[in-house]
This record gives sequence, structure tokens and C-alpha cells, in this order.
Amino acid sequence: MNGQVGWVGLATSLALVAVAAGISVWQRLSLQRQILWAAARALIQLLLVGETLALLLEPGRSLWWSWAWTAGMILYAGDVARRRAPEVPRLAALAIAAFAAMAVITLGVVFGLRIFPLQGRTLVPIAGMMIGNSMTATVLVARRLVDELRDKRDEVEARLALGQPSGQAATPYVRTALRSALSPQIETTKATGLVFLPGAMTGLILAGVPPLQAVLVQAVVMFLILGSVAVTTVVVALGLVRRLFTSDHRLLPLPRRPDTASGHRRRNPLRLTVTKVAGRTRRLAKD
Amino acid sequence: MNALLSFDDVVVERDGVRALDGFSAAVPEGGVTAVFGPSGAGKSTLLRICNRLDIPTAGRVLFGGDDIAGLNPLRLRRRVGMCFQRPTPFPGTVADNLRVAEPRATEAQMEDVLALMALTGSWLDRDATALSGGEAQRICLARTLITRPHVLLLDEPTASVDAVAARAIEQAVRQLADGGITALWVSHDPAQVQRIADRVLRIEQGRSLGIQPVTTDPDTGQVPR
Repeated sequence: MNGQVGWVGLATSLALVAVAAGISVWQRLSLQRQILWAAARALIQLLLVGETLALLLEPGRSLWWSWAWTAGMILYAGDVARRRAPEVPRLAALAIAAFAAMAVITLGVVFGLRIFPLQGRTLVPIAGMMIGNSMTATVLVARRLVDELRDKRDEVEARLALGQPSGQAATPYVRTALRSALSPQIETTKATGLVFLPGAMTGLILAGVPPLQAVLVQAVVMFLILGSVAVTTVVVALGLVRRLFTSDHRLLPLPRRPDTASGHRRRNPLRLTVTKVAGRTRRLAKD
Repeated sequence: MNALLSFDDVVVERDGVRALDGFSAAVPEGGVTAVFGPSGAGKSTLLRICNRLDIPTAGRVLFGGDDIAGLNPLRLRRRVGMCFQRPTPFPGTVADNLRVAEPRATEAQMEDVLALMALTGSWLDRDATALSGGEAQRICLARTLITRPHVLLLDEPTASVDAVAARAIEQAVRQLADGGITALWVSHDPAQVQRIADRVLRIEQGRSLGIQPVTTDPDTGQVPR
């Protein structure tokens, strides 16, 4: 096998989506629609991206298109971060600034030091991996920092009342937030190769690249991700501190997380039970 | 007597609700001034605008004749210390807590400030987060005092502590006031006002009802409500 997947192979792999949906039906998880929708949406998105990337990476195409694509990814990731953490004030602009700073540093290292050649086929996927991983960490650090400052408001204000500047008063909570955002990435980095084989490496091996070469590429990617997550989270955390405090060192009122998750109403177990009982009662009445 | 803190038609509005609504009063220098009034009258807000944890929506607060809006908030907070209703010990030892407030504090200075709270130097190595509410509150007050504030704002500091700690805090503040510190003590306990205060600033629905020397009801021996 040379790692090529045809349409038949793709269609066959959909059987596993059917297995997931089947488990949902069997266990009455009511997730089968979401599973099918997620799979269909992912497939359509990937096909569209594949077509676009094919155009983007065509031989002779200007590198500026790849830079434009990278900029687009940064803008979109900023918007996704905002939607995932709506309780964090003005996160989009901050996240975009952090992704841009991260891109300058990490892409500067990768291409400036000629670890990879600067081409569309290297720039777009590397930037994508950096931005994707950093986006998750950005949401984590922003949420955790707002939670910390809101839940420990008494403690923060006690520090301010002692005459500490806002940056200093926020430091212990910034550290907690940064640790919580960086720890998953550190754990992933530690477990690489032992617990799981990461995506880039797996993809390269499947495509027929010698395993050692795939490992080297993966190692570079892992270190890049670690560096980019660290840069992004620290920029977001320090930027947020400036936004959550006034210039005269007062902590602004901080909203609680909304009760909705991803735009859907969180299910209330009691309400569900009541609804089920009411439904069964109606069915019994009909019978 | 000169006014140390003056409130000039102060309004504090949050989410359309006025915590202070045209509050005007002058707190003289020295002694203990009890801020007395029912729950929700605006007592805590009054204290918070004295060291700029909150700012007025309208009106002015003067400290020693200067509008505090024009003062450096960090320097103001070192001069106008605050102790909150709920104790807020920081992670670390008692000594760590005192050093957050005064990084260059010597062991002798820390022992002195603990002695004011009727605690000994042996407390310095204790884990501040493992203390009881009353013990933690005494440490928090000691932490504020180590900055040597000119004014002490106390927001019901004995509301969530045991009787021993409450008495230690009352005695310490009384002693400090006799030594020249100006204290503003929020309370809704008439008996406590009687014990600790030189004068009472009454507040209701965000407005001042005036400031008077503490007088007792001849029948009950307490401050008239």
C-alpha cells in the first residue's frame, strides 16, 4: 500500500461513523444525528479545504496566496476563540494579536533558520497546526484567568487594597491560568511516541515517507507547537490582565460563564426526567 | 476638628441601582467613626470609594482636602488601608502574607504587628490558609497594619469571626485609634458601636443621616437605632 486513499476507501471508513451512530442508538444517547452531521460537515469542509489547498499550492502560484491563507486562518481562529469563550471580554482582537505574535516568532524560527524551506506546501500546514493548537490553549487560558479573577475577587481586591499594582496583584492567578493551559501540551509532548503516534508523523508514514524522516518532522512540529502555545497563552494572559483592570488598578466586574454551551441550552437532568415521565404518562393514557 | 475624609454629594450607581445617592458627610481626623446603618444602606460602598476600589459616578471624595480622583491610587491605598468582612489569607505562611504587604518587613516588625493582634511571633511560620476564620482575620488586619496606614477602613471585620478574635480586633483598633490612626468601622451592631466608636456616621438608602458623638440610650445603655 502506498498510503493513497480512494473514494471507495473513504466510503468504507464511513462504516465506522455508522458504528458510532449505532452505539448512540443502542445506548439511547440521542447523539446519532450530531454524529452524522459532524461527520458530514467534517467531510465537506475537508474536501473544500483540499480543493482550495490544491489551488493554493499549485506550482508557480505566488507565495503571497499562502500568506493570505495564513492571515485568514488567524482571523478565523480569533473569532472561534471569541465564540468559545463569550464571557471573556473582547477576546477576538487579543487572540488575533497573540496568534500574529506567535506566527512571527515560530514561522520566523522555522523558515529563518531554514528548518523547512519557505514554500506554500510548508507554510500553510505548519501555520495551520500552530494556530489550531494555540487556539485551544488560548480559550483555556482566557477562561481560566477570568474564572480565577472572578472567583477570587476578594483575594485580588485585598492585594489591590495593600497598594499592589494590578499586574502584580494578578500575577498568582496568571500563573495558575498559564499552568493549566500549558500542562496538557506538556503532557502530550511527554507522551508522544509512547502513548500515541501524532497525526503529522502518521500521515507522513502512511504517505510512504521513511519513518525516521517522519519522526524528525514530527519532532520539529511538536517543539513548534509547544513554543507557539507558550507564546500565545502568555500574550493572551498578560493582555487580558490589562483589559480586566482599569488604569487606576481596579478590577472590573467579570461576567459568569453563560449557561449555554456552544449555543445549545445545557440539558437539565431533572427537566429531562420530568419530560420523559410526562411522555410515558401520555402514552399510557393513549393505551 | 478638621475633616480627614469628606464626601461631597457622592453618587455610586451600578446596573441602574444607586448604592450611594447624593451622600455628603465629613469624617474628622482621629478616633473611631462607626458607619452605622441597615444592610444595603451603602456602608461597604462608602468604604470602597475611600481607597478607590470603587469610584463615584458623581460627586467628590476628599482626603486631607485633596480630591482622591487626582491622587495616585497605589499611594492612596498604602495610606488608607482596608480590612474586609471575609478574611482573605494568601497562600503561604503568615510571614509570607505580611511580606506581600511589606516586602522589606523585618522579623521584629512582623512580631510587633502580630503583638497588636494579641498573637506571638511563633505564628509567623504557620500556614495562613489553614487558620480558623478568626485567626485569619487577625492576620489580615496585621497585614494591613504593617503598611502603617494613616486611615483604617474596616468593613464589618468581626462579622464572621469568633468572640475571642472579635474582642482582639476591637481592642487593637481602639488602641490604634488612641495612638492617632483614623478608623472607619462599618457595623450594624449597636452594642459594638458603643464599645469601639467615638462617633457614629449614620447611613440609610445611600444617604447620610449625619455624624454624631456616640450617645447611649439611658435605659438600654446602647446606641439608639
